[in-house]
Amino acid sequence: MNPGKILLVEDNPDDVTLTLRALKSHNITNEVIVAQDGVEAIDYLFGTKDHAAPGELPAVVLLDLKLPKVNGMEVLQRIRAEDRTRLLPVVILTSSDEERDVIDGYKLGANSYVRKPVDFVEFTKAAQQLGLYWLLMNRAAPSPRGP
Amino acid sequence: MSIRDWPIKRKLTAILLLISGLVLLLTSAAFVTYEVVTLRQTIQEHLATRSRILAANSTAALAFANEADATELLAALQYDPHMVAAALYDQNGRVLATYPAAAAAADLVPAAPEPDGSRFERGRLVAFTPVAQGENQRLGTLYIASDTRAVSDALRLSGIIAIVVLAIAMLAAYALAAALQGWISEPILALANTATAVATRQDYFARAPKFGEDELGQLADAFNQMLGRLEEQKQELQQHATRLEQRVAERTEELEHRNEALRRNAAELLAANTELDAFAYSVSHDLRAPLRSIDGFSQVLLEDYAGQLGDAGRDSLQRVRAASQRMATLIDDLLKLARVTRAEMRTERVDLSGMAREIVRDIQRATPERAVEFAIAPGLEAHGDARLLRVVLDNLLRNGWKYTGKQPQPRVEFTAQDENGDRVFVIKDNGAGFDMRYADKLFGVFQRLHSAAEFEGTGVGLATVRRIINRHGGRIWAESAVDKGASFYFTL
Repeated sequence: MNPGKILLVEDNPDDVTLTLRALKSHNITNEVIVAQDGVEAIDYLFGTKDHAAPGELPAVVLLDLKLPKVNGMEVLQRIRAEDRTRLLPVVILTSSDEERDVIDGYKLGANSYVRKPVDFVEFTKAAQQLGLYWLLMNRAAPSPRGP
Repeated sequence: MSIRDWPIKRKLTAILLLISGLVLLLTSAAFVTYEVVTLRQTIQEHLATRSRILAANSTAALAFANEADATELLAALQYDPHMVAAALYDQNGRVLATYPAAAAAADLVPAAPEPDGSRFERGRLVAFTPVAQGENQRLGTLYIASDTRAVSDALRLSGIIAIVVLAIAMLAAYALAAALQGWISEPILALANTATAVATRQDYFARAPKFGEDELGQLADAFNQMLGRLEEQKQELQQHATRLEQRVAERTEELEHRNEALRRNAAELLAANTELDAFAYSVSHDLRAPLRSIDGFSQVLLEDYAGQLGDAGRDSLQRVRAASQRMATLIDDLLKLARVTRAEMRTERVDLSGMAREIVRDIQRATPERAVEFAIAPGLEAHGDARLLRVVLDNLLRNGWKYTGKQPQPRVEFTAQDENGDRVFVIKDNGAGFDMRYADKLFGVFQRLHSAAEFEGTGVGLATVRRIINRHGGRIWAESAVDKGASFYFTL
């Protein structure tokens, strides 16, 4: 299995707990970095002005759309704008399947769009499949060297 | 310029000159003719008298055939310059003497006498007069030829006089005509000028001046009356136009007010729509999240603490989960309803039969265990938004499928009929039907005529269907009886 990290961008702590549980219940033991809003996600991926250097690039980003401060679409836009993260797999994992969200998501270059099922059993299945697919099956683009 | 195009002044002058010229010409011709005829008669008589005198004097010379006497007698004619030639013939017609004497007279004098009498011939007046002694003893004939210069002189003179008189008369006539034609032409010209003024400047206040009570005066009167009426009509027209303009202005103002109101309404509607949009968007994101937590943590409890919960506890948690999932379905259905209201309409020709067949195929693929007979009439078409109409057919066909669930031979039909020129589509099933007393509740949101235990559902489907039909400007209604199946009718 791909040893890479998973970046989970999710503001709802319940969803964070449930997502982590769903991943763990299928023995997906990869490290999960949680960003609670868009700013945290961007800080992790690109570093901050003051101190922190950019974090290690994750194998996949699970991106919620409705986030405080900077929303998911803006995060996606930023990811696709930077050379370093341009080819990073991004899965939109969100509550809504509003048509315009789906269209905008793909337009901005999302690799996948998954609506979180309310039924937790279904949700667990979805998380498992996402983990299996993006960590196991998918061959990601090699990360570019140097900044 | 052709004569027709001459100005009236010139025409009148020309007519007057033509007439007076003709009259004068005829008069002059008569005068000249009279002069000439009278003069000819006079010189003829004069010659005859002279011939008779000379004949009387010639009897002795002829009687004695005395040539010298005869010649002398004739020579006296030289004192009359008009006398051209003369001759005396004896009884036998031979020439006794001539004037002028000598052979020069040979060409001028006829060789033999001709019948008595005088006549004009070859520009001369000739007379043959008998010379007789007593009553009946004829001695010979006297011939005298006179020139007609007197006549031609008189002719020339009277011709000149006639021409001079003619010229003077024509000048006078021209002067008179020029002075008098104004009587006729002036009123006509004034009328013409007035008419031109009216025609070119639309000056209906212009009036033709009147010069008298003759026909031209009547014409001017009639023309002025006509102008007066024209002026009245023009004023009336102007009044009408003014009133019309006023009304147009009033209407325009009214319309602008209405437009303003419409614009406000549209803006309000747009704002409301935008609000609804934002509302639906946040609903779809925010309302489901707590449900996910409720369901998720219930499942966590069921998985991690199943032993401590006991049957009743597990049952309760299952109910919590079922309720949250049902709530999620309700939210989804409500969002669909909202979407139907918000969605932009794209009207096109839609093959309803084909669409219905696709939906039926989906239904049958999803639930192969149920054998529902679907009868879809071919060639059903409508103008509308394909996506929205698919929602309509999907809801109605699935309803038919759902409510025939307890029927041993379930059947759903999709047909169309024409009523009062309207195309009415019908989806009919032989399922559970409903009590017509509650028919008015059928299309309300969350209104259900069956319990969820009997037939599952959220009560949003038909509300969605009605909203779509309404957006297409159509109507929907239903007919049914309990256990007798239901028919849904709609127009687009």
